[in-house]
Amino acid sequence: MLNKFPLWKNLMVIVILAIAALYALPNIYGEDYAVQISASRSATVNTDTLGRVEQTLEELEIAAKGVSLENDQILVRVNSDVEQLQARDALLRELGTDYIVALNLAPATPDWLASIGATPMKLGLDLRGGVHFLMEVDMQEAVRKIQDQQRDTVRAELREERIRSTSIRRQDSDVVIELRTAEDYAAAEQYLDNRYPGYTLIEEEATQTLRLRMTEAKLKETQDYAISQNVTILRNRVNELGVAEPVVQRQGAERIVVQLPGVQDTARAKEILGATATLEFRLVDDENSLRDAEMGRVPFGSELFPNRNGGNTLLREDVILTGDHIVNATSGFDENQRPQVSISLDGAGGDKMSLATRDNVGKPMATLFIEFKATGERDENDRIVFERHAEVINVATIQARLGSNFRITGISSQQEAQNLALLLRAGALIAPIQIVEERTLGPSLGKENIALGTQAIVWGFVLVVIFMVLYYKKFGLVANLALTSNLVLIIGVMSMIPGATLTLPGMAGIVLTVGMAVDANVLIFERIREEIKAKRSPQQAIHHGYDSAFSTIMDANITTLIVAVILFAVGTGPVKGFAVTLAIGIITSMFTAIVGTRAVINAVWGGKRIDKLSV
Amino acid sequence: MHEIIKTDKTIPFMRYRMVAWLISGLLIVASIVSLSVNQLNWGLDFTGGTVIEVGYETAADLPAVRKTLDANGFGGAVVQNFGTQQDVLIRIEPREGVKAQELGNEILALLQSDSDGQVEMRRIEFVGPQVGDELTEQGGLAMLTALLCILIYIALRFEWRLALGAVGALAHDVIITLGLFSVLGLEFDLTVLAALLAVIGYSINDTVVVCDRVRENFRKYHKGTSEETIDGALTDTMSRTVVTSLTTILVLIALFFLGGQLIHGFATALLFGVIIGTYSSVYIASSLALALGVSREDLMPPEVEKEGEDLDPLP
Repeated sequence: MLNKFPLWKNLMVIVILAIAALYALPNIYGEDYAVQISASRSATVNTDTLGRVEQTLEELEIAAKGVSLENDQILVRVNSDVEQLQARDALLRELGTDYIVALNLAPATPDWLASIGATPMKLGLDLRGGVHFLMEVDMQEAVRKIQDQQRDTVRAELREERIRSTSIRRQDSDVVIELRTAEDYAAAEQYLDNRYPGYTLIEEEATQTLRLRMTEAKLKETQDYAISQNVTILRNRVNELGVAEPVVQRQGAERIVVQLPGVQDTARAKEILGATATLEFRLVDDENSLRDAEMGRVPFGSELFPNRNGGNTLLREDVILTGDHIVNATSGFDENQRPQVSISLDGAGGDKMSLATRDNVGKPMATLFIEFKATGERDENDRIVFERHAEVINVATIQARLGSNFRITGISSQQEAQNLALLLRAGALIAPIQIVEERTLGPSLGKENIALGTQAIVWGFVLVVIFMVLYYKKFGLVANLALTSNLVLIIGVMSMIPGATLTLPGMAGIVLTVGMAVDANVLIFERIREEIKAKRSPQQAIHHGYDSAFSTIMDANITTLIVAVILFAVGTGPVKGFAVTLAIGIITSMFTAIVGTRAVINAVWGGKRIDKLSV
Repeated sequence: MHEIIKTDKTIPFMRYRMVAWLISGLLIVASIVSLSVNQLNWGLDFTGGTVIEVGYETAADLPAVRKTLDANGFGGAVVQNFGTQQDVLIRIEPREGVKAQELGNEILALLQSDSDGQVEMRRIEFVGPQVGDELTEQGGLAMLTALLCILIYIALRFEWRLALGAVGALAHDVIITLGLFSVLGLEFDLTVLAALLAVIGYSINDTVVVCDRVRENFRKYHKGTSEETIDGALTDTMSRTVVTSLTTILVLIALFFLGGQLIHGFATALLFGVIIGTYSSVYIASSLALALGVSREDLMPPEVEKEGEDLDPLP
């Protein structure tokens, strides 16, 4: 008999390897030092900006490797880290605070590779340097706030219905209502039953007490809201840090992961992430002249603030309400399909708003957004200096006396409404966050880790290759070919999967795979040896060697794969990286060791009559 | 043709199984004793706390660093070299009333102001105590889940006695590797946990190969006792076992010496685990199955199963 592969099988092996090699290729080109420019809130990045950037670089006499405008971002590639810093500083000065100028490393992938979507592997923070934060949202506080608001609502509504109660209070996560008489109890029970979506009413007739308890669904909704609100705010702040490729992601029920590659100054990062933003509602001073105020004659009892249109607005000093009373703000459309923002306040906020707007119907009210931004300078105690930035983000006319639920209409666009809602929410975090885990790695350690990991892979590989040739001769060479293809496949697949990140333990996983991947070939070759000893012809020995080793290889690898999957499920960060490379390595090694080596062996030995086989 | 093991004669592995039981028993008892007396040197990932790694330009003066820390109220800090003379690792346990998030940067600033030369920040890690507790729970759970899944898979694919033998061997590997970490006082961090799971992965790989041969030989040879059949299977797979262990150990040695400090614990656990795992898949897994009374009848294929074709592979 002869061992021959059909053409399609040979082609499949070649095509798969070629694709993997193609996608693995970007990894050898390395990275360029780069400066990345994107717009902050009010500005846009366009060809004008591009012109200014090029002008600035020319003045600095920096010969950029490339300046490109893509996805509303400008990427400037330069030759060294010194030039990178020079360019960053100069561009910061030139472009001002409207733009975010960040240091980055851009893959130096040639255009033809980039055009087919080939990118280098993503490196984890332990290889790249940077900061990893795990933040926890205080869920109890979130629930407490919502329940406080619910208590106020119940109180107001029962009063309106003239149902008398001895006390309405929040107890843990329930709203407890104690009624005065049996009639009141009955009336309250009838009124409150099924009144609020997301709440169940628990009746305790003996004590004339009613309890409003959140349903599981409502509880989950509250938690989801608290998380997504925090994620949104953190994203905004991270953008301000000017970090290239940041990650802000929910993890589990109440945690958020923030990863800032390349950031070294963790103190600054932490302070900015923890920086507070507040909101104030104030009346617009329309009795005094804005022009006079802009000339420097600000009337007593008023203050001048910049607004979003580039002009100024004169506001009264008295604050109607601060942002911590805002419970929620959502954007939507009014009856006439115009964009609007609906705002809910807590009970106390509703009272204040009601009082302040009673006598001011028809007058304009402004929303002032105040942020504390890090200036990048430090005071004598080495603390970051924060600057108070206040900006009028909206002016609306008070149409009627307002309560705890009101809306702002007459907003020019849907985008604007969304932005306003976001800013309103940013001023009112319903749940505070706390850092529960932090990992910071310096860039030198990252580079060192890459070097160490690469060395271990190369040496491990060389040792195994030498051993295989010594022990299995020509078949050993075939196994080594498979081992090499396996490495290419792992790197290619890792580069292709968008979510896969290479970490230091991940590199260790590759090393381990190199050692274990030859196992399949060892199993096959040992079988072939046995078959030869059992006096089979070389061709039959090859055939049966592969056949009988197959199920063993499958069983052995599936159990290892089970372990890798479990590792992936429980591990975090670096350990997940290990699980990923291990799992990919197991699968690719089965392909190269079973199909790949068979293709080579069939091509070399399978097509002819041979009397002796040296395995 | 090189051959490490001459396989002409069956090696009577099982004859010495009492010796193996004795050695393994002693190792397990020693491990458990050490684990309960010395316990494990839990790493930051599990205990919570703060670790700061800094690099000095010249060999670091550890007593001076300790003195600086003591003078500024960080008395309980562990200060040691990490990898090289220039690298210093400082570890601080979580404390009540101290804002641990700020700690890393504070200490860094302190060392920088105190030193004449440059002090480079290499790494700051802070783990909150609640995160650490969760991780310990998750880690233990992961280990048990892995063992259970493997037990089920092998019981389905092979037979429950072999499955129990295999999982027994895995537990044996994990306990003894943990024991080594306890006896030597090596730090047990998240990467070591990952390594332990990888050891499970490797050891099961080895064990499955042996089990597979045991089943095959039971079906192929109708003569001989269970003990002889198992000896035969072990002898058949011996050269493969040795070759694969050798290649794996080779790469792990590369990792151990070249991988750097951060994954030293990982490499140590794997290297030791792979050696133990190889031994256990030869001696522990099969002798456990033998003690549980595995026999030819248990491994014969059901009448209708297709695998029956494997019995006579001649064309």
